[in-house]
Amino acid sequence: MSGLVSFFRRLEGPQTVGRGPAFWSLFAVVMMIALAYPLFSDGYTVGNTVYFFVWVFIALSLCLIWGYGGSLSFGQTAFFGIAGYGYGILTLNFGSAYGFTLVALVAAVAIAAFFAALLGYFMFFGRIAGVFLGIVTLAVTLMLERFMAQTAGPEWHIGSARLNGFNGMSAMPPLTIPWPGEPIVLFADVGLYYFVLGLLVFVYLALRILMNSSFGNVIVAIRENPERAEMLGYDVRKYQLITFVIGAALAGISGVLYTAWGQYITPSSMGMTAAALPLIWVAVGGRSDLTSTVVGTLVVLAAFQALTIYGSQYALVFMGVLLVLTVLIAPNGLVLGTMNWLGRLAARLSQRAG
Amino acid sequence: MSLLELRKLNKHFGGLHVTNAVDLTLEAGEIHCLIGPNGAGKSTLFRLILGEHHPGSGDVLFAGENITALKSFARIRRGLSVKFQVPGVFKGLSVRQNLEIALQSRHRGRELEAEIDRLLVFLGLESEQAQSAGNLSHGQKQWLEIGMAISLKPSLLLLDEPTAGMSPEETHLTGEMVQRLNAGGMTVLAIEHDMAFVRQVAQRVTVLHLGQVFAQGSIDEIVADERVAAIYLGQAHA
Repeated sequence: MSGLVSFFRRLEGPQTVGRGPAFWSLFAVVMMIALAYPLFSDGYTVGNTVYFFVWVFIALSLCLIWGYGGSLSFGQTAFFGIAGYGYGILTLNFGSAYGFTLVALVAAVAIAAFFAALLGYFMFFGRIAGVFLGIVTLAVTLMLERFMAQTAGPEWHIGSARLNGFNGMSAMPPLTIPWPGEPIVLFADVGLYYFVLGLLVFVYLALRILMNSSFGNVIVAIRENPERAEMLGYDVRKYQLITFVIGAALAGISGVLYTAWGQYITPSSMGMTAAALPLIWVAVGGRSDLTSTVVGTLVVLAAFQALTIYGSQYALVFMGVLLVLTVLIAPNGLVLGTMNWLGRLAARLSQRAG
Repeated sequence: MSLLELRKLNKHFGGLHVTNAVDLTLEAGEIHCLIGPNGAGKSTLFRLILGEHHPGSGDVLFAGENITALKSFARIRRGLSVKFQVPGVFKGLSVRQNLEIALQSRHRGRELEAEIDRLLVFLGLESEQAQSAGNLSHGQKQWLEIGMAISLKPSLLLLDEPTAGMSPEETHLTGEMVQRLNAGGMTVLAIEHDMAFVRQVAQRVTVLHLGQVFAQGSIDEIVADERVAAIYLGQAHA
């Protein structure tokens, strides 16, 4: 029992912003709004919100590897793509009966994680660090993009699933939950919304617990000073590899959900622009904090989409400017900076009141 | 029994022979100081002991075991620990968290908290515990890192210039800290330029010069040695 209490106590800690009744009350209010939101909205808008949620997982993966671990991975989209294609290939071959889409989700994420374990082993045990890690991971995602782009011919197929080159794969079944009577198909509206929201909350809370655990301590210690961490007896390479694999799995979740959401996946999801965007969301939000990453990603994504819808051809330029401004004004992230400022303000007010 | 034994240790950086057939034996329970002019190869010797560098030839034996091929973290787990020359604290984390990270592999829960509190008192850093380690003064950073190093309860503690940048009072306090640790059974090997510190703590002194063991003995013998004075002490006290 006390073990369970101390487990949940790790929801708060030095590695995550937000603590105490005020934070969790706000969390509860946000959750209630999120749960009630589909009741007051139309299917299309809800589906669009799911699209935003889908990207949060890859943002969290970067937050974990880069923000907490200090290793800048430029290639999280590689794992996004591998899992996305993996889901497509599996479900196009085996269909959606008996809840197989959920099996495919897990399997596709596992394939991405396995690939990350392989790549990560050579990187971290080969002591590749800093900018070189970014270069290697970027090269991997661009290579995968190039490779998938040339699979247009009919000879490129796995089972009955054609890879289709630059046009990508489509028409894979959406996620389906087996149910007595009729299975529940999670189309990109209310059904998928609750599924993804549940998964997002679970991942967010689990990561809070992980980062405030002794494992999380070692991860940030490695970011701060890898030599010192090693000289405290920690096998730095092992910790970096595990973090990288967890991150890859999160990026893989994004990939599967994206594919299931739109029922398509193309090589450009692993291209240069796709690889750069998550970096911007995470940097603008605040890479070293989970909550800042979630909030920052959702805000930037919504703003980006609003810009593109309302006719601006400069949405990508705007993203670049936003990144430059963040680096100049709040290098740790705009959302994190604001939250820290609010925290200080609250502390000062309560001090004055007390 | 000797705790640490270096046998014919050699290290080249290109054409530079930084460690030249060094033989050095450390007895369990002693405080041993390693001195020598800049570029004598003292820090390189530390890195060879810690496994950050690998020797071209020769062996490192720790508690009777040949650890020459072991990775650094594995050597640490066998009972080695180090405080670096440039304080290697986790600057972005609080003082308390720094100690927690050092202590968490040996303690859990309430016991961990109690251990951190005990160590904070030992280091005289209780009032700084919530501070970022990066905001500490240079001397406090040195103490914090010593605290992290000793929290592993090592049988051999390596200190690379533990008093660099400290005032005479702080240097003296650090000396007392080292003596207290030694009284508790910890063997200490320290690189130090501050002769007051060496005089205060060292039971044996080894002089390193141009990568070789130049002289060895008690501090009085070393100070009396004119050859040593010529290469090191003479210049330092000129």
